[in-house]
Amino acid sequence: MSLLAAARVTETTVTFQRVGVIVFAAVVFVLVFELVRRRALMERYALLWLAAAVVLVVLAVWRGLLTSVSGSLHIYTPVNALFAAGFVFAIALLLHFSMVISRLSEQNKILAQRLALLDERVGGLEQGTARGNGDARVDSGTQAAGKR
Amino acid sequence: MNRYLAIVPAHNEVGAIAATIREINAAAREFDVLVIDDGSTDDTAAVALAAGARVVSLPFNVGIGAAVQCGYIYALMRGHEVAVQVDGDGQHDPRDIPRLLAVLNAERDTHLVTGSRFLPASGEGQAGQPGDGHRSTAYRRLGIAVFARVVSLLTHQRVTDPTSGYRMTDRIGIELFARDYPSDYPEVEAIVLAHTYALRTREVGVRMRPRSSGRSKISTSVSIYYLLKVLLAVSVSALRTHPQTEPGPLSEAAP
Repeated sequence: MSLLAAARVTETTVTFQRVGVIVFAAVVFVLVFELVRRRALMERYALLWLAAAVVLVVLAVWRGLLTSVSGSLHIYTPVNALFAAGFVFAIALLLHFSMVISRLSEQNKILAQRLALLDERVGGLEQGTARGNGDARVDSGTQAAGKR
Repeated sequence: MNRYLAIVPAHNEVGAIAATIREINAAAREFDVLVIDDGSTDDTAAVALAAGARVVSLPFNVGIGAAVQCGYIYALMRGHEVAVQVDGDGQHDPRDIPRLLAVLNAERDTHLVTGSRFLPASGEGQAGQPGDGHRSTAYRRLGIAVFARVVSLLTHQRVTDPTSGYRMTDRIGIELFARDYPSDYPEVEAIVLAHTYALRTREVGVRMRPRSSGRSKISTSVSIYYLLKVLLAVSVSALRTHPQTEPGPLSEAAP
């Protein structure tokens, strides 16, 4: 009798958990879509997060999938397989973002350099034009930057 | 336009920049002075312009490596034959520029000449002071010694002052550094980089003065990061069979 009650309680708990996971995944879905809609998140990264949410839903709906996957990996507690997968996912993502930031910094540097050099060149050209347009005063003290 | 260019990186050096420019103009007439204003928040750029220098102002602080590289790109685009880096804070004595130039011109196979504070500065009969004068910390001296050792091993020649930013290079070095120059703490890496491209480097003894304004970017706590970062970069660059060049600034930048 008590065994049956315990089984029923476990069943309720599991159902509750599964619903919880599905709700969480739904929230992630909505959040990601909203961020894309506001152009706060690029599609390429949105797809990554949507895929993560899909995996969560599949694991919640497909009973026994996690157990069989963790069993085939010789991980005795299914939840540990989940944690391990999540951890690897997060680490891989962080490494990827470090790479993205490195590339962006490099591009940022190149842009800053080019902007500064163009700025100096335009300044020199404008100075030259101003002189050409009747401003006959030759300022021998300043070196016209655009002068060749 | 002169054949030679003095690249003066400056970040908030309003107190020293005008004197540095005047000293370069006095000591090395054949050099154009280009101040790279690395996102200064003070009047460095305006003061440098008023002192008769050309000024390239970076829109924000990009760090010494990218600032100096900006100067090399300028030298490449404007066709300068020789470029010398002179710090904007007054540490480097422009009176040494002619001596660096003489060595660079005399030795045809030497492409990069570094001013070393650990070699005797000839003409004065006074040996360079270890560290840069009284400001040098024990950590910094240790770091410089480690770098000197590593760089000497990697380049198969005696390098005494790999952290010195006082250096002069010819057209070949300008072309290399315009394409590829290390980002933060670039001095040590730049020597190894030159070596990777089979450019011969050489040191000449110079006097270094205590900086007259601003402050050192390298505090003791940062110096450990500096040491590790540079050691990593140098060992990685030694492992590169094909030197890496970055995409971009030169493909379309030529005037």
